Amino acid sequence: MAITGIFSSWAIQAFSGTEVLQLFFFNLMGNPIYLEIDRISAFFILVINLTMLTGILYAKGYLKPYENLKSKTEMALHYFSFIWLHISMLLVCTLRDGLSFLIVWELMSLSSFFLVIFESEKKDTIKTGIKYLIQMHIGMAFLVVAFLISGTLSGQTIGFGSLETYFSNHAAFPLFLLFFVGFGIKAGFIPLHSWLPHAHPAAPSHVSGVMSGVMIKMGIYGIIRVLTFIHTDLLEIGIFLLIISFISGVFGVTLAIVQHDLKKLLAYHSIENIGIIGIGMGIGVIGLAIHNSTLAVLGLAGGFLHILNHSLFKSLLFYAAGNVYQKTHTRNIEQLGGLIKRMPQTAIFFLLGAIAISGLPPFNGFISEFLIYLGMFKELHTGDLVLSLLLLGGIVGLVLIGGLAFYCFTKVFSIVFLGNPRSNKPLHASEVAGSMLLPKYIIAIFIVGIGVLPVILLKPLGSIVQLFTPDISILTAIAPSAQGISVSLGILVFIIVSLWLVRKLVTKNKITEAGPTWGCGYTGAKPAIHQYTATSYAEYISGLAKYITQGKKHFKKIEKDEIFPEPRSFETHSSDVFEDWIISKPSYKLLQFLEKIAVFQTGNIQHYLLYAIVFMALILILTLLNIL
Amino acid sequence: MVINIFVILIISLIFPGVISLTKAKIVGTKGTSIWQPFFDNIRLFKKGSVFSTTTSWIFQVAPIIYFSTIFVALFFIPVGSKAAVLSFEGDFVLFAYLLALGKFMMILAAMDTGSGFEGMGANRETFYSMLVEPAFFIVIASMALLTNHTSFYELFNNLHLESELSYLIAILAVYIFLWIAMAENSRLPVDDPKTHLELTMIHEVMVLDYSGFDLALIQLTNGIKFSIYGALIFNFILPMQNYFAAQLFVLFIVEFLFAISVGTLESFRARNKMAKNPQWIMSLSALAIVGFLAVLIITGKIILIN
Repeated sequence: MAITGIFSSWAIQAFSGTEVLQLFFFNLMGNPIYLEIDRISAFFILVINLTMLTGILYAKGYLKPYENLKSKTEMALHYFSFIWLHISMLLVCTLRDGLSFLIVWELMSLSSFFLVIFESEKKDTIKTGIKYLIQMHIGMAFLVVAFLISGTLSGQTIGFGSLETYFSNHAAFPLFLLFFVGFGIKAGFIPLHSWLPHAHPAAPSHVSGVMSGVMIKMGIYGIIRVLTFIHTDLLEIGIFLLIISFISGVFGVTLAIVQHDLKKLLAYHSIENIGIIGIGMGIGVIGLAIHNSTLAVLGLAGGFLHILNHSLFKSLLFYAAGNVYQKTHTRNIEQLGGLIKRMPQTAIFFLLGAIAISGLPPFNGFISEFLIYLGMFKELHTGDLVLSLLLLGGIVGLVLIGGLAFYCFTKVFSIVFLGNPRSNKPLHASEVAGSMLLPKYIIAIFIVGIGVLPVILLKPLGSIVQLFTPDISILTAIAPSAQGISVSLGILVFIIVSLWLVRKLVTKNKITEAGPTWGCGYTGAKPAIHQYTATSYAEYISGLAKYITQGKKHFKKIEKDEIFPEPRSFETHSSDVFEDWIISKPSYKLLQFLEKIAVFQTGNIQHYLLYAIVFMALILILTLLNIL
Repeated sequence: MVINIFVILIISLIFPGVISLTKAKIVGTKGTSIWQPFFDNIRLFKKGSVFSTTTSWIFQVAPIIYFSTIFVALFFIPVGSKAAVLSFEGDFVLFAYLLALGKFMMILAAMDTGSGFEGMGANRETFYSMLVEPAFFIVIASMALLTNHTSFYELFNNLHLESELSYLIAILAVYIFLWIAMAENSRLPVDDPKTHLELTMIHEVMVLDYSGFDLALIQLTNGIKFSIYGALIFNFILPMQNYFAAQLFVLFIVEFLFAISVGTLESFRARNKMAKNPQWIMSLSALAIVGFLAVLIITGKIILIN
């Protein structure tokens, strides 16, 4: 708590000041290490603190049922890791020295690993945790290499400081690519994302909330931090970012639609939102490259705002999903339904998050997308053919992502909360305790506030973006748009409320009856069965994108001569094409190969002695022949 | 300013009537008055309602939000040289997303009833509107590219200033918008409002469980939505004139022609096969991209060498 307070005050100080706040931290092997907080760091610190605060508030209620199952040590370890995750993230944002940065980066991965494997009695959780740990270390390896290259070639101490010299003397793109892979694994850009959809469902909900809400943003932070030092090759980098974000966004949400696991679905949406952030950043970087301040400012501002927005609505959605899991003990949405009557407040919060994440007004998701849209539409006319086509690509990308997110969240909200229960699991659900709702209220205030009054955000966003480009006059120029949005939404709310009152007045003396849903003359099946399922809702997309989602159906056809058919079953499966081809298949092939090699491992001591003799003889021969 | 809203609202009341009258005349029946749908709505407003026990508050709130979003969207529509009530840079993004919000709530309401049929309709509606959206944005992007403006009012008023070639773009845009309007308003060839089997409906099946006040509100909103698209089409082909009265006259004519052509189309063409709908809708986006390329040529970004 104290740390949160201190760092927040530093962050606010850094926001209001102009220079970089530099604080002495400690001596590492004789070198003084400083905490350096500029506005980018400050922004991330504030986002981290807000989400971690709601996370810890939510954790208290969420972990209550586990108190009897877990020993005190396990609980203590969990909270300990949670606090360390918080501290390490704050340090990641503030340390510039290479070695100490890598240490806290590693600390962040380790503490989140311990958080993920909280339910360690489940075999799957441990497996997922190990998978996560391995992938984080692959990313770490890339970062170490990237830092070493920049350090040695520029002749300075390893760290972000050496990047300035490196990038002014060397080609920027190759090293950026190394950093991108290292940080991108954390952020979850496709095709580096495959840990994400496994780790989030395995982790407890408050952990998924903060991991998805802020921890993956540390990858984005890294990319942005590296970008601040790059002044050449920006166009290539911008185009690269735009294309990979387009892919992440569209494929991420497509894969989300076919999921049945509530938290896995939300995890894929994190990838989608990383894509939106990346589109903003990519557009911004292209703007920097061609010295177009409108594009640069609006793209970057939209990207930054979406980082904040995503941390808000994604943690809200994960916390709401946690409520559902706690009360129904299932994450399979095919077994849920009708929860809006049993958990009314959770339903409202989930709906709020669903509308916000689909980028619809009057909530915050719309505002960040609006800024990116506006930047792209304004600059279509200026610039050359390539730029126009890139911007059109960006627009179409955002539209497609928005449409698909709309599709996904109409599906998930209606399957989980509306209609009739699809199994007996939701039947005994009830609303969660007030302490678990409190953090949601806090988040909801921010979501609505940003959505309805975007104009207050333009100035802080401008001061962050100013670090990239000095001319931020465009943000004052679009203030009328922000006010226009507020006015329109004000009118919207006014009309809704007054119409609701009119409806009440008009229907007051009318007869209102209750009856069953009109089944179009069909009353055969039970209401629970006679409903749309998540699979059938997703059918269109899984058909359209069958190469990505790898949907497979397993069923036995009814033969022609089968007059009295026996009971049948029908199953569908889907997987992730990127994960199959990049992780699963290569590692399976490697395993097969290694199994063949295992013939040498006979367990017979005579054989091992033979290997040693053969090896020594080989060395002898090679030395004699002067090859070695 | 505010007169835009009134004019479009008045047109919206008779729009469904004109369509059904056209259809009646074509098949050779006498038909009803063009005010009949309006009277039907008045009657519905006076009636009580039946609510399914499965439904929750979403079901009751959805029509109100649907109406409100369309009503606010109306504020962004300019009529000729009269600016819209609300006009700012990027207003069309808010316009499109407000429409989407209304649709979001209506889809949830359909799913709220727990009916398989309504679920099917909702699912189709989501899928098709997702596919329509890119076409709308690409057309607007082509206009932004041509005029270097980013609000509905400025886009339409600067469309025909630069060169006469812009009329070519306008014709293409009108063609695309006509079909977008048909798809968005659940008309032929995507959806058939007069079909008799629930399995083959889209929009109609979504509102099966509505009655009384709510149903009337939904039907009124459908009318407004249709006439908004009519007004947008009018703005594309607006001849440059100074007299607002003349512009209003042209608006009425365009809206009438629009309604009559909708009625005529529905009389002579059958609904697409459901499985063919996605391709058909995506072809609109393809056409819009052709338009975008044409604008790139007009603005000299693609230089053709003969």
